[in-house]
Amino acid sequence: MTLWWIADALLVLVVLPVVIYLLYGVLTAARSITPSVDQITRVSAAASKDLDAVPLLLTTKEQVSQTVAGVANYGGSLDVIIDDA
Amino acid sequence: MVLAIGPGTGMIVAFLLIILALVYYLVMTILELQKITTGLDATIKNVTEIVEKTAPVGEVVKAINADLDAGVDMLEGLLVKKAGLEDAVGLVDGLYPGAAAAGLRSFPESTEIVAPRIGEVYTKGTLTLARLGREAPIAMANPAGAALRDTQYSSASAGRLYRDVRNTRPEKLPRSPVIGADAPVQYEQRDDIGQPRRRLPAKPATHES
Repeated sequence: MTLWWIADALLVLVVLPVVIYLLYGVLTAARSITPSVDQITRVSAAASKDLDAVPLLLTTKEQVSQTVAGVANYGGSLDVIIDDA
Repeated sequence: MVLAIGPGTGMIVAFLLIILALVYYLVMTILELQKITTGLDATIKNVTEIVEKTAPVGEVVKAINADLDAGVDMLEGLLVKKAGLEDAVGLVDGLYPGAAAAGLRSFPESTEIVAPRIGEVYTKGTLTLARLGREAPIAMANPAGAALRDTQYSSASAGRLYRDVRNTRPEKLPRSPVIGADAPVQYEQRDDIGQPRRRLPAKPATHES
């Protein structure tokens, strides 16, 4: 009978606090991850929004090609007009 | 009915407490993990968008760089062809001070050239016209008068760009001596030329008082 009471006391005074301590640690770790994930989500959303202008690079590419072509034509004319050094 | 509280009952109560703690903390942990999963899903969606948006950037930038490289090569080649490598380096250095150190990309030897001080003589606008105006019709029809460089005698104008004093004040330099049998000034040959060097007497020692 006495051993039963000792076992009950051990369960309540030792095992239960240890279980609570370990579970509290897991919960605290999980809660600490949540703000980081939220921050990463905000940053990735902002980065994705910043890249909305990327398709304009295609326009830039076309305009650069046209500009270089115009410069080449102008250079060809200069090559004819001006004597060599 | 009489409820007897014995050690078995205490054991059951203790296990119930442990199970309650397990349930509470595990449910809270599950809720937090669900929040994390939701956040990561949103993050993955945004990252996927980033990957899709940046996928063509490399090829587009390569194409733009190729076009610009072709333009730079063409302009550098034209400039060197028309102005000469030395004047081209001076022109570039006049427009962008210090750029002569980097030289022209298509002409590695241009880094060894001392850039003439073209930028100190002409302003940016006239520099362009200077290259155009040597013999070009646009210079002949300039309403402001003569071209920046004399179209008939442009060699002297070009020479003034360089730091050599002969190009800036040629009339004040002494003429080169005329030598030879027909020279207007004849000098007699000295006797001591070709002879052993004459030893001069030693100077007396002087003492400072």
